[in-house]
Amino acid sequence: MSEAKRAKTIEGMTGPWEIVIGLEVHAQVQSEAKLFSGASTTFGAEPNANVSLVDAGMPGMLPVINDFCVEQAVRTGLGLNAQINKVSVFDRKNYFYPDLPQGYQISQFKQPIVGEGEVIVDLPGGESVTVRIERLHLEQDAGKSLHDQDPNHTYVDLNRSGVALMEIVSKPDMRSSDEAAAYLKKLRNLLRYLGTCDGNMDEGSMRADVNVSICKPGAYEKFRETGSFSHLGTRCEIKNVNSMKFVAQAIEYEARRQIDVVEGGGTVNQETRLFDNKAGVTRAMRSKEEAHDYRYFPDPDLLPLELEDDFIARIKASIPELPDAKKARFVSEYGLSVYDAGLLVAERETAAYFEEAAKGRDAKAVANWIAGDLFASLNRDNKSIDESPVSAAALGEMVGLISDNTISGRIAKDVFVIMYATGEAPAKIVEEKGLRQVTDTGAIGAAVDEVIDANPAKVAELLKKPKLLGWFVGEVMKKTQGKANPQAVNDLLRAKLGDRIGE
Amino acid sequence: MSELLKMTMAEARDGLRAKAFSSAELTAAASSAVAEARPLNAFITETPEQAAEMAAASDAKLARGEGGALEGIPLGIKDLFCTKGVQTTAGSRILQGFKPVYESTITAKLWAAGGVMLGKLNLDEFAMGSSNETSYYGPAINPWRRGNDDTKLVPGGSSGGSSAAVAADLCFGATATDTGGSIRQPAAVTGTVGIKPTYGRCSRWGVVAFASSLDQAGPITRTVKDAAIMLREMCGYDPKDSTSVDMAVPDFEASCGGSVKGLRIGVPKEYRIEGVPEEVDHLWDQGIAWLKEAGAEIVEVSLPHTKYALPAYYIVAPAEASSNLSRYDGVKYGLRVDSDDLTTMYEQTRAAGFGREVQRRILIGTYVLSAGYYDAYYIKAQKVRTLIANDFTAAFEKCDVLLTPASPSPAFGIGEKSNDPISMYLNDVYTVTANLVGLPGIAVPAGLSKTGLPLGLQLIGRAFDEETLFRTGAVLERAANFTGKPGKWWA
Repeated sequence: MSEAKRAKTIEGMTGPWEIVIGLEVHAQVQSEAKLFSGASTTFGAEPNANVSLVDAGMPGMLPVINDFCVEQAVRTGLGLNAQINKVSVFDRKNYFYPDLPQGYQISQFKQPIVGEGEVIVDLPGGESVTVRIERLHLEQDAGKSLHDQDPNHTYVDLNRSGVALMEIVSKPDMRSSDEAAAYLKKLRNLLRYLGTCDGNMDEGSMRADVNVSICKPGAYEKFRETGSFSHLGTRCEIKNVNSMKFVAQAIEYEARRQIDVVEGGGTVNQETRLFDNKAGVTRAMRSKEEAHDYRYFPDPDLLPLELEDDFIARIKASIPELPDAKKARFVSEYGLSVYDAGLLVAERETAAYFEEAAKGRDAKAVANWIAGDLFASLNRDNKSIDESPVSAAALGEMVGLISDNTISGRIAKDVFVIMYATGEAPAKIVEEKGLRQVTDTGAIGAAVDEVIDANPAKVAELLKKPKLLGWFVGEVMKKTQGKANPQAVNDLLRAKLGDRIGE
Repeated sequence: MSELLKMTMAEARDGLRAKAFSSAELTAAASSAVAEARPLNAFITETPEQAAEMAAASDAKLARGEGGALEGIPLGIKDLFCTKGVQTTAGSRILQGFKPVYESTITAKLWAAGGVMLGKLNLDEFAMGSSNETSYYGPAINPWRRGNDDTKLVPGGSSGGSSAAVAADLCFGATATDTGGSIRQPAAVTGTVGIKPTYGRCSRWGVVAFASSLDQAGPITRTVKDAAIMLREMCGYDPKDSTSVDMAVPDFEASCGGSVKGLRIGVPKEYRIEGVPEEVDHLWDQGIAWLKEAGAEIVEVSLPHTKYALPAYYIVAPAEASSNLSRYDGVKYGLRVDSDDLTTMYEQTRAAGFGREVQRRILIGTYVLSAGYYDAYYIKAQKVRTLIANDFTAAFEKCDVLLTPASPSPAFGIGEKSNDPISMYLNDVYTVTANLVGLPGIAVPAGLSKTGLPLGLQLIGRAFDEETLFRTGAVLERAANFTGKPGKWWA
């Protein structure tokens, strides 16, 4: 798909405009301990329960890198198909704030641990686009200022202070709020597959700084050709947006605001803005002129981070199958549609569920049951697939019962409802409720005869309206409480009514 | 009792083991000497009760024939080392009343070796200074005087409390730290021995940071052998300090008796600095002659980038300090000058909490790290460090150890240089290069000035070759036969 076609245009008074979006995603590294201290990272602990002397910025305390966090960053970099930098450097970003006990944040400025990579983003329409990754670096999170504990004082909770974050910076490759949301979704999915971030946006494990600018059609293509940002409009950065919905809303609002500014004869100022999710608007926080001078310099308490080839190779070998590869395999191995495969790989747990259920079964049918009845039930109850009352094995077994004609697809719907409600095995339900499909042609034949005999008028109509056969099938099914094999019913009806059915 | 305190650390150690006296006796003598010497203002905090308890515990161990290398020896601790439950000020008002809940790695090692803490020693505020005059707790006073002249002289800095206490026989040894010369220069002007080991030898964990890439702890003692004994207990790999080096710690004491026959002594020509008093160069020549007599080979070497060392130092050290001192913001511990407004609270706290020299260095450091200036200053200074390191690498191809003066002048009077920062900064001219490149350096007392004040010589060695410094230092010490002692005017 060409870039021009991708861009969604917004009509302004002076003609169409396009949006250009880049995201800086802060993803909390999944790790027991913090980036430079042994304190716990557990969410929801009592304020200041998870604070070491290092996290509190005590005099003479020194940071020591948590190797596991480094491993997680490398793992993520490999998952982003990115360059892993064998030498990276931790810098100090200096600024004063009460929730920053050291007076500086340890981050990576000039030499990040991960360089350029890419993410294939699946769009709702089934198409996909590539978003290029600029870099990924490791940094410390700050603590949290609590302004609502006392009318006159602010309290500080340092539980988050020093927690490891990966800042994943994309290039300005997204052209609509939908694409930005899809990118965020895909990134989250990828991190969860890798086990490097739990992706819990509600708990702040993932949040995004959104860079938005506008341009006239054609300008973006010039930017991509030349690499010169002069072709793009001035960008604004919307800080700390913490849900996919808000990311989309913030972009829509901000793009419209910038168009109105420019069309009103003004200029867009490069500035940092905040998204007010209650009002649905972005508000200026500080301009470029007011921007901090962070006085970055290499942290003299830490040596440059050097990675051995073996270390990287070992991590590479431990990387699980990622969503794109899994999706391709689901299409080729199980014969699923690209759409269904995409749906199933969107969460690692769903994909695993599917593969377990599909073992030795009709995979397409399993996929349909998951995407249909199972998802519907789970969504209704706000449950994740891990909490499903119907186990993968049970769902597989149920599909097996359909395949071997033990039950019909229609009966299976009822069986599924019972399985979901009780967690019981399908075979047991079928036996106890007497739902086994009747395949005995003698028994079905009797029912067929009864229906034919009782409805001569309908039989007469059949010659003109052959579709009426379905009505006969339904009547026979009713008589057998749905247990008759529908194919068998059909075959018998055709045999008995013969040429009385119209062409 | 005070006769006991005139012993060297080695003699005290041997006497304790031989049960010639107890640690309780030694410690009581030291604690009363400390109290008596308050006019020297060497201590910020005295801990006689704690010292008595530690001495009793040491005596119990000694009685059982147990105990570490420093069992029962009274020591002074520079107030830059965090000591659990004992106020740690860094010589600054901003940390007044701060009692750490942790013990620095080095002091913990000293206590594990049996050392007894007499108290916390005065220093320049955050170790920034060469005269101990920037301390919020007032200057420490050098026990030495210019003959009968009662002008109060500085004990050097920043480890001025350490050098004064050791020179005045208040303790057998003291911890010190050296960022640009803060162990060697005060040792030189008080007639004591001070060694800054190779960067990475001693853990920085729990030592209040000044400039992280330069700071290194070491001992100040009365003899080279004592420095060897004490340094061995301070060194060692610490996983809590990422810049700590995982290397075996040699028996430094064993090096002290070695010969220098055939050892190549480098004499860097750039260390002959214009304007330095003749007696400093004269003593240097004397040192060269002593080592030659002892069988060493004298080689002239060149360290061409020496003149850039001090300017580079005064960019790197303030840059790191400006960031290291950001944590003293009135939010968590120490001084807070309250306000309804956060920025005002920061400003008031830091204005009241930091002295002029510290503020000056924070300003310099903030400036050189600012956008637009970073490359011209900080990056350039780092390049200078590389050039200086290359100088030393080339020099050490021709020689095994370098001999230089330790300080450009004997002790000066209080207030004589404090209004002229540049002339104050020049006190580190011989010592600062070793910090920039992480090399070990030792100052050994070698003679007296015309005014009767101690002067020292410095030896700079290859990285992790402290043994050659102890060997050569001991030879110098024997040749110089420095036996001078300050008169005990304070008691």
